[in-house]
Formats: sequence, structure tokens, C-alpha cells
Amino acid sequence: MIKVKIRKPISRKKYLLLAAAAFLTVFLVWSAVSSAGMVKEIFLPRPSSVLRYYLTAVSDGTLWENTKISIIRISLGFLMAVVLGIPVGILVGTFAKTEAAVRPLCEFIRYMPVPAFVPLIMVWIGIGESAKVAVIFIGTFFQLVLMVADDALSVPGDLINAGYTLGADTKQAVFRILIPAMMPRLMETLRMMIGWAWTYLVSAELVAADTGLGYTILKSQRFLKTDAIFGGILLIGLLGLVTDRIFALLNKKLFPWAKGGRQV
Amino acid sequence: MRWFKKKEKELPPRERHIEANLANSTVYVKGLYKEYPGKKGAVTAMKDVEINVLENDFVCIVGPSGCGKSTLLRMVAGLEEASGGRIVIEDNDIIGPGEDRGMVFQSYTLFPWMTVEENIKFGLKLKKMPEGEQEKIADKYLKTIKLEKFRNRYPGELSGGMKQRVAIARALANSPRVLLMDEPFSALDPQTKADMQLLMRQIWQEEKPTVLFVTHDIEEAVFLSNKIYVLTSRPGRVKREVPVLLPYHRELELKDTEAFIRLRKEVNGYIEHEKFA
Repeated sequence: MIKVKIRKPISRKKYLLLAAAAFLTVFLVWSAVSSAGMVKEIFLPRPSSVLRYYLTAVSDGTLWENTKISIIRISLGFLMAVVLGIPVGILVGTFAKTEAAVRPLCEFIRYMPVPAFVPLIMVWIGIGESAKVAVIFIGTFFQLVLMVADDALSVPGDLINAGYTLGADTKQAVFRILIPAMMPRLMETLRMMIGWAWTYLVSAELVAADTGLGYTILKSQRFLKTDAIFGGILLIGLLGLVTDRIFALLNKKLFPWAKGGRQV
Repeated sequence: MRWFKKKEKELPPRERHIEANLANSTVYVKGLYKEYPGKKGAVTAMKDVEINVLENDFVCIVGPSGCGKSTLLRMVAGLEEASGGRIVIEDNDIIGPGEDRGMVFQSYTLFPWMTVEENIKFGLKLKKMPEGEQEKIADKYLKTIKLEKFRNRYPGELSGGMKQRVAIARALANSPRVLLMDEPFSALDPQTKADMQLLMRQIWQEEKPTVLFVTHDIEEAVFLSNKIYVLTSRPGRVKREVPVLLPYHRELELKDTEAFIRLRKEVNGYIEHEKFA
């Protein structure tokens, strides 16, 4: 008799309850360990200290300022990567010639660690805003091209062939079949990529910035303000979660025919 | 882009006409040759295939798996390149896929983001047909496939049999010169499959589309068609051309008649023989 079945679905209520319980458990363990004095405040701040940090940072306006500038940077860098990366990715996944020209090059560049580019970017374009945007762009663009190419390749060949036998030419097959067919997966890809963009944002701000959430974390480390470090990290996590949910919701609303991003 | 390389120079119109062996031939395949690159040189998949589909005829191609019957159909559709020989559709050598050859695939190929109705209209939209005419044609074929109530549903909400019915309607709505069908019912359960066969025969009796139908199911071939080509296994060749001398009006009961069973066994014999030769 099988009691626990693989991939047996659970109700939405149960799902949410379990997710909330997991968050609560982590929070409780954190509170218990820090309040019991098992670990020094300097290594693990109490939840109350982090809350106090948030209150002061919100009231003096620094938190909002730093969050705003980080969101602007990530939006610009990510938007540029998306605007350039999606068309290139579609071409790579659609035509063998572009694939040969672009894929091996992208595979090569994407293995180069982005933080290592930071000094070079500083030399090339200084330490202004464009430098941070450039780090996010480099971090996401090449990966995005490859993932979009795979999304395009995932469209079944006979779906495109059906279009050909109905009188479509190659241009129509791309714009009226291939692109609409890959949209749900493309949205999923963007959802993954924006997570990466947050990672590269922090790399960019750790090195060459005097504003932003990444910078706040770095500065706090110099003064051993672990409560502020915790505050910054938690806020980034929260912002990431919010963007993720927005993308998931958009996907559901825009492509109801696709049932969770999969092809029907 | 040219998909189908023509080996010889184009023939002048008159000679071309003589080469088609019958004036009312819709699909004429001659000396078709197909090879694939292999590790030890080219592998011949198909050789000297000659097929003739007359206008308004229903022709089936059967053969053991790996005989290249699907490849043959895809070459007629222009989706795969032949290595040699000719494929003529009403006097014209084919160059790539086109709306004159509609196709129903084995896998489900409805566009999932379009409703049933939008799927049927897709080819008409590409032709920029006026909306009113599109509507009329869609109505007609929704009725033919008995899915009027499902016109605004999405493919994800349909059963496998319904999806294939819409695929047939979508191809027919485009009024192709020939309807190519590549094992369209092979993924369906036996009951749905039988219903689909009956529907397909009825559509043919009413509308007389020219059909070239590939299947590995001999019973299906005998029930549906007026003529069967039996192919041999690699390299694929036409082994036999079998006329299906059965009544014009066909119901599922036909499958239990002696004449049907005899013919089914005959065709089956040609294939069995090939398997163990």
C-alpha cells in the first residue's frame, strides 16, 4: 500500500499554510537563538534590532532612497538585456546560421564571472550609474539569449509545419506561430532572470557605489552593524519575492491557455 | 528559399503535360529517391517510388514501420527535401510547402492560444479573406466536424479526437488541392478512432476532397480509401497497388463483412510477407 504518492497534489489552502509555517519556523528559530544569548548580537542580531533598524532607516528616509536607486538600476539593466536579448535569442533558436554565430560565443562569455568585470567596467565607463547598469546587463544578457533560444527551440516543429501547410511564409511562421507559442515559457525565463539581476545588482553596488541596497549592506559591515546587514538582505529577498509573484501572476493572466507555462 | 532542389532543367509546359500519365492526376510522384547521410556513407531510405492520386480520390499508403511512408508524405507536403525524382501537383513541380497541400499531423498541432474558430480561420486570415467569408467557411466546417458548440473553446479544453477534428477542419477550410494526412488517428482510443474513420469517410463522400492518407493500420486503410499503396521496408518502394473494391457508402458494419475481411487479409499478407522475408 502506497501512502505517500509522488507528486500527489494538495489543496491551495494547505500549500499556503505550509509555506507560511516554513517562514514562521525560520523566524522563530532565529528569535529563539538570538534572544537566548547563545550567539553574540554582533553575529546574529535579534529580530527586534532589525525592526528597530528598519524604523530608523525609514524615518530618516535613507532606506527608501537606497531602495529606489537600486530598483532604478535593476530596471534599466534588466530592460536593456531584455530588449536586446529577446530578439537575439529568438533568432538563435530559429535559424541555424545565427545559432552558429551566437551560441558558442554566448556560452563562452556566460562562464566569465561577472564580478570580475567590475574593475574593467570602472576603467571603461567610470563609476557612474551606467557602470552599475552595465554590470547587470552583462550578468543577464548572455544567459538570457541562451534561455530565450531554448524557449524558441521548445516550440514543436510540427506546430510550425502546420503553419507552413496553411500558407504561412517564414516571416509569418515566426511572428504568428513561433513567438506566440513561446510566450508563456519566455515569461518564465524572464521571471528566472530577474532573480539573477538582483544578484548582480549587489555585486555592482558592493564595489563601486555610494548609494543603493548593496552599498548599505557593505557600509554596515564596516561598522559591524549586523542588524542593518540583515535588514538589507531581507529587503532584497522580499523585493525579489514580490517581482517573482508579479511575473507569475502576469503569466497566468496573459496566457490562460498555457496552464502554468507548459505547452498544451 | 528553395526547399526542393530540381535536378534537371524545367521542362517546357507541353512535355510536362505528357509526362503526367493521366490528365486528372492531382498528385503525381515519379522516381522519388531519398537518402540520409549515415556513418558508413549515405543510407537509401526510398527508391523509385511512383504514386498517382487522381482528383477527388482517397488514397492510402501503408507499409511496415520504417518504410518511410511518413517521410514520403512530408516530401509531398514540401516539409522535407527529396534526394531525387519529381513530385508534381497539377502540372507544377513542388517547391517547398504551400497552402495547396493541407496537412493533418499525427501530433496535435492546433495553435493553443487560438480558439477553435480562430484555428479554423488561420489559413483564411493569411490569405486576407474578407471577415464575412471567413465566418461562412468556419460555420460550414464547424458543422461538418460537429463542434459548433465548441467554437470559442481553446484546444487545451478539447479531447484528442476533437483536436484532430478541428485540425481536419482547419486544413479543409483552406480548400487545398490535396489533403495530406499523416497517421492522424493513431494516438486515439479504438472507439474514437472508429468514429473518426466514419466521419472522415462521410466528409469525403460529401465533399470529395482529394486525400492522401498514411497509416500503419490496414483496417483503417481498407475502410477509408479507394486505392491502397503498399510500401516495402528499407529501401521503401511501392510493392503493390491495391484497388479497394468495396461499396461507396460505408458504415462501420462494413468492417464485419466477408469482402472487407478478405481485402484486409490480402493487404496484410503483402506486409507480413515483407516482415519475415
